[in-house]
Amino acid sequence: MISIVWAIVFILLAPVAGGLVAGIDRRITARMQGRYGPPILQPFYDVGKLFEKEHIVVNETQIFYVICYFIFMVFTGALFFSGADLLLTIFSLTLAQIFLVLGAYVTYSPYSHIGAERELIQIMAYEPMVILAAVGMFVVTKSFNVSDIASSTIPVVLFIPGIFLGFLYVLTIKLRKSPFDISTSHHAHQEIVKGITTEFSGPSLGLIEVAHWYETIFLLGFVYLFFGFNPVLAIIAITVVYLLEILIDNTNARVKWQLALKSSWAIAATFGVVNLGVLYLTGV
Amino acid sequence: MAYLKKSPWIIHYDASSCNGCDIEILACLTPMYDVERFGIVNTGNPKHADIFVVTGTVNEQNREIILNIYNQMPNPKAVVAVGICATSAGVFRECYNVAGGIDMLIPVDVYVPGCAARPESIIDGIVTAWGILEEKRKTMNTAPAAADAAAEPGPVVQEPAGGAQ
Repeated sequence: MISIVWAIVFILLAPVAGGLVAGIDRRITARMQGRYGPPILQPFYDVGKLFEKEHIVVNETQIFYVICYFIFMVFTGALFFSGADLLLTIFSLTLAQIFLVLGAYVTYSPYSHIGAERELIQIMAYEPMVILAAVGMFVVTKSFNVSDIASSTIPVVLFIPGIFLGFLYVLTIKLRKSPFDISTSHHAHQEIVKGITTEFSGPSLGLIEVAHWYETIFLLGFVYLFFGFNPVLAIIAITVVYLLEILIDNTNARVKWQLALKSSWAIAATFGVVNLGVLYLTGV
Repeated sequence: MAYLKKSPWIIHYDASSCNGCDIEILACLTPMYDVERFGIVNTGNPKHADIFVVTGTVNEQNREIILNIYNQMPNPKAVVAVGICATSAGVFRECYNVAGGIDMLIPVDVYVPGCAARPESIIDGIVTAWGILEEKRKTMNTAPAAADAAAEPGPVVQEPAGGAQ
């Protein structure tokens, strides 16, 4: 019963929280660049505007895929916050992402296609590390259930610091921040126009934005799991992690996809696998 | 709700401009003027844009491109012609390779004269375009057919000044 309440709270409040996080992100980014920056509520104005615009559709199917992307992204977060199986949550997240890729592929735009291809590469890049994070949490807490991990009194992060650092590395990919904003970016006009979202306009684009807010809150919830033993510390950790992501975003140039893929796998193979090996050898 | 006023995204196209006005447009995005504080974002994608900011004159090579960008933008949309070349072709009006200002091809909502237009006047032009966007949204909702007809660029019958000889 509690779990359903958590899922409903997530569905209702995550867009509000996610939009505010995006707004604060834009303001801090502006301050880092020596600018004043937009209002904190700017992401809500943007999405409100997008829903007022005409809906230009290249292929009717793309609306279907965008709605599927949105539904599965909400489903992912709802599963996570209801305390369900962490692996199922990760598979649902991947499925949501695949729907977005399909939505970009059904249009015949080269920019949309290159964005879709790069999105697939990004999925390949972050997936091993995210799975390793789930496995690491299982080894430490003996459970794949989010509810068990979150309420565990074991200081998870102290047992899997390598996996935590590796997760932070792929978090940059998931949050679509430089240096890994290769599939879609606000700053890559000459390279990919707008990448995977090039052919989405008006309400479709608004829905993608809202889905990304849900995703952000889900990912910050994932960071919470590492610090579940101390909620206050967890909130501080989430804040520090997000500020660190903004700093990385503003101090790095976009890399080529080869480097994004290789470095993510290298991090997963070293930090992640070595950490798991140490846990195995010490018999935790 | 009038969200359009709070989040006008622009697309910038240099239609054979000398780059003077374009540098001034990009100056608006710098910390000195920082138009993002009004929610203005320079998108590179006509499908995401609300305001088409165009500099330079129309000629035979960019005619197709200007029309293409304009037609790909979802309604409601506004066009801001920046610089005297975009406004009326300026000193290049009589050139054999210049067809005229942007308004000979697509309906222009705001003219920002100047050579080059100053960032302050460009920002003023874009702020003026918000009100026009909001009016267009109202007509779009009440009479979609009329708005569609108004949004059509219409056949281009005007010959380039100086003829094709």
